[in-house]
Amino acid sequence: MKDTAASTVPGPSSRTWDAVVVGAGHNGLVAASYLARSGLDVLVVEKNEWIGGAAVSRELHPGVTYSNCSYVFSLFRPEIMRDLDLPAHGLQVLPYESGAVFKRDGGYVAMYRDHEATRREFARHSPRDAESYDRYSRDIMRYCRFIRPLLMRTPPDPASFKLRDMSEMAYLARHFLALGSEDAAEMVRFWTMSISDFLDEYFENEAIKSYLAVSSIIGTALGPMSPGTAYVLLHHYMGDVDGNIGAWGYARGGMGAVTKALASSFLAAGGTIRENAPVARIKVREGRAEGVVLEDGEEIRARRVISSMDVKRTFLGCMDPSDVPAPFLEKVRNFKSRGSSGKLNIALDGVPEFTALPEGSPCIQGDLHFTDTLERMERAYDEWKIGRWSSDPFQDTMIPTLTDPTMAPPGQHFMSCFVQYCPPRLEGGREWTENDRDAFGKAVLDQIEDYAPGFKNRVLHVEVRTPRELEAEVGLTDGNIFQGELTFDQLLFNRPVPGYAQYRGPVDELWMCGSSTHPGGGVMGAPGRNAAAEILRGMKAGTTKKTEMRDAYPVI
Amino acid sequence: MTDQRHHFRQPLQRSPFHPRIEAANVLNAWAPWAGYTTALNFGDVAMEHSAIRSTASVYDVSPMIKYAIEGPDAVAYLDRLTLRRVAGMPVGGVQYTAWCNDAGHVLDDGTLFRFDETRFRLCCQERHLPWLLDSAIGFDVTIRDVTEEVAGLSLQGPTSFAVLKAAGAAELADLKPFRMAEVRLGPVGPVTVSRTGFTADLGYELWVAPERALDLWDHLMISGRLHGIRPVGTEALNIARIEAGFITANADFVCAEHALRPDRARQPDEIGLDWMVDLDKGPFNGRAAIRAARRDRTLKWALVGLDIEGNISAEGSIVYLGGRKEVGQITAAVWSPTTKRNIALAQLLRPWHRDAGDKLRVEIYALRELQYHKLMLPARVVKRPFFNPPRRRATPPAMF
Repeated sequence: MKDTAASTVPGPSSRTWDAVVVGAGHNGLVAASYLARSGLDVLVVEKNEWIGGAAVSRELHPGVTYSNCSYVFSLFRPEIMRDLDLPAHGLQVLPYESGAVFKRDGGYVAMYRDHEATRREFARHSPRDAESYDRYSRDIMRYCRFIRPLLMRTPPDPASFKLRDMSEMAYLARHFLALGSEDAAEMVRFWTMSISDFLDEYFENEAIKSYLAVSSIIGTALGPMSPGTAYVLLHHYMGDVDGNIGAWGYARGGMGAVTKALASSFLAAGGTIRENAPVARIKVREGRAEGVVLEDGEEIRARRVISSMDVKRTFLGCMDPSDVPAPFLEKVRNFKSRGSSGKLNIALDGVPEFTALPEGSPCIQGDLHFTDTLERMERAYDEWKIGRWSSDPFQDTMIPTLTDPTMAPPGQHFMSCFVQYCPPRLEGGREWTENDRDAFGKAVLDQIEDYAPGFKNRVLHVEVRTPRELEAEVGLTDGNIFQGELTFDQLLFNRPVPGYAQYRGPVDELWMCGSSTHPGGGVMGAPGRNAAAEILRGMKAGTTKKTEMRDAYPVI
Repeated sequence: MTDQRHHFRQPLQRSPFHPRIEAANVLNAWAPWAGYTTALNFGDVAMEHSAIRSTASVYDVSPMIKYAIEGPDAVAYLDRLTLRRVAGMPVGGVQYTAWCNDAGHVLDDGTLFRFDETRFRLCCQERHLPWLLDSAIGFDVTIRDVTEEVAGLSLQGPTSFAVLKAAGAAELADLKPFRMAEVRLGPVGPVTVSRTGFTADLGYELWVAPERALDLWDHLMISGRLHGIRPVGTEALNIARIEAGFITANADFVCAEHALRPDRARQPDEIGLDWMVDLDKGPFNGRAAIRAARRDRTLKWALVGLDIEGNISAEGSIVYLGGRKEVGQITAAVWSPTTKRNIALAQLLRPWHRDAGDKLRVEIYALRELQYHKLMLPARVVKRPFFNPPRRRATPPAMF
């Protein structure tokens, strides 16, 4: 990544930026891009020597590019892609194929892009479930339609008497009441219940339920039987690939292509990025943020500081406690951001052969899973509770290079294995060691080998990541991929802290734009966009250029 | 395909009649229907429609979803499930019916066949197994999807009885509309024949085991050679069914379980099925809601037939009162070759199904050589069916 600092940045002490954004992840870059396009002089500082945050692609084996953290694309708001002209800056989204959950008896349940094929596939396992799937999909889609308009709106403060907050509360109330009493009741149940209970209302087959529960536990330190997991599923379904709601795709070139396009758009708007610039402290004077101090002592002055780091890292890690009100800090400490997942990124010299799949099955190009009952999924979670990684882990595994020709030489492949559960610290609060990490990696590789004999012989390189690596490299506290769990107690005006859901920190001109804020994680870009909207709103008329910032596309 | 895992290789299934249909489908005009590949036409829609109204046509109805409903409580179960009275249905009877959820919103319409005291078959457009199974709790009844176990061929048109007579089933002369009988058709063996159809013309539907399907097709084609028989596709049938004023699920109304937008669900009274609601037969799904909607006058929509000025068909058009106020939309429309009228089915906001007088206007965008002609054509509500010839009901039927 080009370090523009040397060529364009005047002496560090001589300049005051309009805004300094901490962290060059997707949300930081989204916020920075909107501000730069509005005419602000924006600097993004990034601690790593590469940009991307958790939307990053690195070549860790010669010729093979990984999506090292996030690995699939759906939730990123299309309005942002258009506002920031990301396709012109190289972002291309590829829909992907189907998928399968492998059963221990040697069989599998697949899902196909073709609706009839999925129906017939489910019918192999349960004729009833095959026909329940339509009503299930319809109901999930209803909830998606409800929530999508809320993603790009700043949550109101319910305790405020400001006209804007009251009118936004009124909007929420109208939006909710428009459902009618029966659907409103169903919606509240859905937001708060467990995915296991929810699926039981539609399906009888365990493997089908396990497949459908996948999205409900990803990134979440909850099991499928924990209340609140149904909402997590919805969070994963509310995106789309070109209007195909609920569908997931790949960013061509890996998830780093998202931040690469954002950086390109940002630079084209006159922004500046500095890599290798870890922030030690956010500087506050007289209740107002006035810049950051880097770890090497360099001071960068700015009229506002925008943190894309999670709230814990921002306020507990990068601020002098005396600069922040104690009750606020207490609430930040209470914000749940428990790490639950690990990841294996694997370079392969061929496609693994899953014995269950018939030759020519398109499922190999989709998401693959090895957990065929909700009970196994829950048991995997049980081990997390006592500080162990799951001995029989849950995986969301895929081979993007079967769809994307850019990430590996022909014949070689990148395999992405998202794994749960993986605790941030081990039994008794012990920190991870290299040996622990390798043993975790082995449990995952062994599981794949069970279903694809010979798989291990094809492995060229493995990157194993536990919450420790995610925190150390990406900066995610405890390795929580959403910068805070997506449970109902931490959503909307409660995210990240009640009273602070409008992207403003407890200090003047200190802003939050990461996934810790509404509407949360999943590579959506919405927190960054919403934060930029709030910042621009607060600026004097005439001090900014008008730039494109669309409201959410209407749901009709 | 013995290994069921391989279904993905052929995303659309083939009907038991597929070999014959494929050979006759000279323009390769295919369209998916309920997971099957089906013929849109066989080369000439006008000639096919003409066969439905003048001679005899065959149309493959095998993709219809079919559920076998059997058991000592089958009658009680169906009376609880559906809108019409089933207890009074004779053995060998057929009933056009519909069923609702508890809100009185229509889940689907379909045809119910009674084979004996305890055995029924329900044919419909969409899939409903979970609903049917859940509704069966407390009833001694079994429900099974038999879609793939029964092949169906619809034989419709003024010479359809002549074809069957030539095929060896002269005894069908006595078969009345909405009745069925089992006959032996020469080389085909036993065939269940119901005097039903989707055309408002003389017609029959023939039901056989899939392995007898090709024999049935061949035997009918040979028997009908002197009676103008020809295969027809969905496009010609659709013209005939609009002339008949029949509605299609998820075309003229949205099945309640498929409605993504809750306001799209409809009560029977809102889609012209009020006549089949039997409030006096005892409890059935949706009864209280239907009764309440009638009592409180909360019904919002009505489904009507429209007769539109001019000769330009009005598919998908918005219906206005006067020039401005939107009062509904057209769900199906065609220039009717049989009635020489420009006809349509439409959903209209109440009370404009009754009170609009001559004020209804239909907005048509007619694309002619790359330019739209925007038309506002007067329309009026008329009774369905648009076409209803006496030969449809004559028993014994005429030879043409």
